[in-house]
Amino acid sequence: MRGVDRIAIAAALVAMAGCSHVEPWVKPYQRQNFADIIMAPDRDPVSGAYIEHVHDVREGARGATGSHGGGCGCN
Amino acid sequence: MRATHLWAIAAVAMASIPAARGAVLPDDRADVLYHRYDGGGVTVEGPSMLVRKKIGDQVSVSANYYVDMVSSASIDVMTTASPYKEKRTQGTLGIDILNGNTQYSFGYILSDEPDYTANTASFDVSQSMFGDLTTVSFGFSQGWDDIRKHGDPTFSKSATHHDYRFGLTQILTSRLMMGLNYEIVSDEGFLNNPYRSVRYLDPEVPKGYAYQPEVYPHTRTGNAVALDARYFLPFRAALHGNYRYYKDTWGIAANTIEIGYTQPWHRQWIFEVGYRWYGQSAATFYSDLFPRANAQNFMARDKELATFTSQGLSLRATYDLPRLGWKFPERSTLNFFYDHIHYSYADFRNLLEPGTPGTEPLYHFDADVFQLFYSGWF
Repeated sequence: MRGVDRIAIAAALVAMAGCSHVEPWVKPYQRQNFADIIMAPDRDPVSGAYIEHVHDVREGARGATGSHGGGCGCN
Repeated sequence: MRATHLWAIAAVAMASIPAARGAVLPDDRADVLYHRYDGGGVTVEGPSMLVRKKIGDQVSVSANYYVDMVSSASIDVMTTASPYKEKRTQGTLGIDILNGNTQYSFGYILSDEPDYTANTASFDVSQSMFGDLTTVSFGFSQGWDDIRKHGDPTFSKSATHHDYRFGLTQILTSRLMMGLNYEIVSDEGFLNNPYRSVRYLDPEVPKGYAYQPEVYPHTRTGNAVALDARYFLPFRAALHGNYRYYKDTWGIAANTIEIGYTQPWHRQWIFEVGYRWYGQSAATFYSDLFPRANAQNFMARDKELATFTSQGLSLRATYDLPRLGWKFPERSTLNFFYDHIHYSYADFRNLLEPGTPGTEPLYHFDADVFQLFYSGWF
């Protein structure tokens, strides 16, 4: 397993373990900020997919964007 | 030709991105977008249309139609081929099923162009937990590509792609939300572009170099991990940042950093400004100029595999349209997004400029990306 794999999995497990058996410390009535449209990561899904596509076509890296990908007009 | 599978994954993912807002189906909406990319001698433009609709309380379906109209006179084309025009169309169907705090998403994408057909199927699960403070997701995609070549009816190649992804989104405070994404992308088959060439020193020709087709490995596996943060400021505005590290078996290592600021203004407007930096090292089998023909088993001169950096500035404006007393849509917006990106290569030379082989100026170019779209919620 590569180093980056180990780091990612360890971070995920630590994050998940830290949440088990824990009362939600941010109550539902304290989450109005996350309901605001300006906090939405997927506010414009069609646009978001397109701009990731623009990057992916011209870059060697791919993945882990939480969405999106690429490939066209690359010649 | 292109690596359409990643775009296909994108299309599915855009239909349903898990967020730390509890398990809820995405809103019913319709989007009509015009996009245009202009840079490095390439223009790509066309529409993208998305419709998403709930069926009952537990099911949401979506469909997307996307077109790229490509007109290319890129530096690769100008040095080794002729300018061309091409059209790519892509259709996406998706369905999301909500069961308690778990959301299941299925997608299928067909991308077609004269010399490339790609099929992709995907499956994602996201689970909201710990009082909806945490959302865990994982997914899998598989793609099958058929690759053809203009002017050579006997050319027929294939490639397959497997994509495994894991995501964690966590509300940390009443203002801060963070996300971790990890993804493995594995490719097998014909992975290079049948039109591209590498150049090598050849003292027998007047300009001192000649070309031969690229040869890529038939497998590639990439690992990417990204950390994302969004922060709601004490006044109504938001900051976001993202860092991604990528490394693959071709020797490419890349870093991506993004920051952005979102500011509403009055009731109608949302403005956003962002900056993105990207840098990568070259693939181990990349060279701008090989010492001789067939110098290695694998050879590439694709600038996507070169050492380079890019910097991008984005400006975005969203205007909420007045409802004018109509029942539908419930909300609608007009959006204008502009991105300017500068690409600067460290080992890819501009062969359109004079110079002895290997001493030509390094290549760089600027790109302008425009998006104009309407979004309606109903």
